[in-house]
Amino acid sequence: MMRPRFYELVREELDASERLAVVTAEIGTTPIGPHPRHFNVGIREQLMIGVAAGLALEGYRPVAHSYAPFLVERPYEFLKLDLGHSDLGAVLVSTGASYDASREGRTHQAPEDVAALAALPGWTIHVPGHVEEMELQLRRAFAGDDRVYIRLTEETNHARVDGDGGLIVLRRGSPGAPLALAVGPTLAPLLEAVADRDVTVAYLTTVRPFPRAELRDALGDGTEVVLVEPYLRGTSSAAVSAALEDRPHRLLALGVRNEELRHYGTGSEHRAAHGLDAAGIRSSLERFLG
Amino acid sequence: MTTTTTLGYDDLPALLQRLTGDEKHDWSSLSTLDVVWVLHDRVLEEGDRFFLSKGHGPTATYAVLAAKGILPPELLDGFGTFDSPLGHHPDRLLVPGIEISSGSLGHGLGMAVGSALAGRRVYCLVGDAELEEGSNWEAVQLAGRMELATLTVVAIDNRSSSHGWPGGLEARFALEGWDATRVDGHDHDALAGALSRRSVRPRLVVAEVEPK
Repeated sequence: MMRPRFYELVREELDASERLAVVTAEIGTTPIGPHPRHFNVGIREQLMIGVAAGLALEGYRPVAHSYAPFLVERPYEFLKLDLGHSDLGAVLVSTGASYDASREGRTHQAPEDVAALAALPGWTIHVPGHVEEMELQLRRAFAGDDRVYIRLTEETNHARVDGDGGLIVLRRGSPGAPLALAVGPTLAPLLEAVADRDVTVAYLTTVRPFPRAELRDALGDGTEVVLVEPYLRGTSSAAVSAALEDRPHRLLALGVRNEELRHYGTGSEHRAAHGLDAAGIRSSLERFLG
Repeated sequence: MTTTTTLGYDDLPALLQRLTGDEKHDWSSLSTLDVVWVLHDRVLEEGDRFFLSKGHGPTATYAVLAAKGILPPELLDGFGTFDSPLGHHPDRLLVPGIEISSGSLGHGLGMAVGSALAGRRVYCLVGDAELEEGSNWEAVQLAGRMELATLTVVAIDNRSSSHGWPGGLEARFALEGWDATRVDGHDHDALAGALSRRSVRPRLVVAEVEPK
C-alpha cells in the first residue's frame, strides 16, 4: 500500500531533516500527525502550491500532497508559474491515480495528470508500480532540489523491479521482436497478456524525462512498439515517435480512454473497461500484431 | 422540478437505509438532510434550480429525490456499483433532479451565478469547509456587485472548516452586499421561512447543525 507508506516516510523525514516541509489541503493526512513543518492550509489547492513555492524560496524542500485532480489540475497555472517559471523545486505526491477513486466519480479521477504535467518543462515524473519502488523514488526526491511528481496508486505489480526507474528489459524476445513497454502498475497484466508471445518486455516507472536512447536499444532491430500506460492513452506516444523519428515503426498506445466512462464501481472494473486488464491487452495485441 | 409529494419526511430513513445498508434510526446527523428536504418540500417552485455544490455525501439528496418521485426508488439499491447511476459524488447526466455534477469543491457557486445571470431562481448548497476554496469568493463578490436577487446560497455550517471563520460567514457575505441570516439547520419552519424570503439582493442562509 503506497499511501500509508508515504505517510510513514514523510513523517520520518520531517523528524530527521529540518529541510523538509509538508503542505496539504485537507486530505485525510492524520497519519502524518501534527508537526511544526506540516501545514494544512484547508481546502485551498492554489494556496497549497503557492505556499510550497514560498517555502522552496526560503530553502525548504516542500512536499505537496492531495488527490491527483486537486494537486495537478486545479492549481495547474500555479505549478507552471510559482514553481516552473520561478525555477523552484518541490515534490508533488498524488493519490487516486486514474481510477482508484472509482466510486467517487469523475471529480476524483485524473487520468490526464501525467499528460498535463508532462506539458510543462522540467518535471521528473515517477509512476511506481510497487510500494518499494515508490519508497526509493520518494527518498531520492527528498534529497533533491528539482521538481518531482510521484503518482501513488492502489494498483500494484506482484514484486518490485530492481533499478532506478529507468527503462529495464525484463524479457528479451527474438531479434526483431516487438517491444512491449509497461509503465508502472500495467506490468502485471501485460506480462500475463504476453505470456505466450515472442515479444521483448520492458518496464519503466520514470516516464519523464522519457528514456529515448534506452527505448531504441530495447527495440533493437524491431519495428513495432506496444506502449501500455496506466493513465491517458497516448500520453507518451509523441515521446516514442521522437525517439524513433529516423526509422519506420508502428506504435500501439494503450491506456485510459479519453471518453468519459461515466460509471462508478471498482477500480478493477474500470481497468477492464479501459482494456487495461490482461484480457483487454491481449485482445489489443492480437489486433495490432496478428 | 416536480413538487408532487409521493412520500414524506418520515419515509426518508427507509430510503437512506436502501442506499447505505445502515440500519440506524436517527439520520439527523446527516448535515444536509433537513435543508434538502425543506427545499424540495416547501421552497422550490416550478422552474427553480437546486445546485448541490457540496457534492460529497449525496445520500440525503438521493433519498429526498426518491421521496419526491423524481428518482425511481429502486435505483437506490445499487449505490456506488458499476452499473448504478448513483455514486459518492453526483453526476447530472446520470441522475434526474441532479442539476450540476459536483464533488470537487467550489464549483457550484460560480455556476449558480451564471444561472442567476440568465434570470433563473437558483439555490446553491455549500458547506462551511467548502467555502475555503477561493473560487467561491470570486462568485460571492460578483453576485453582490450585480445584485443577483434570484440567487440564494445555503451554507451548511457544521464547523468543519479547519481554520474557521472568525466573525462569522454572515459578515463576510454582508460586506459583499448580500442579505445574510443564520438559522437552526434542523428547524423546518425556520429554514422554510429564511429560504423563501425574497430580497433585492443575493441571500445567504447559514444552516447551523452539529459540529462535525
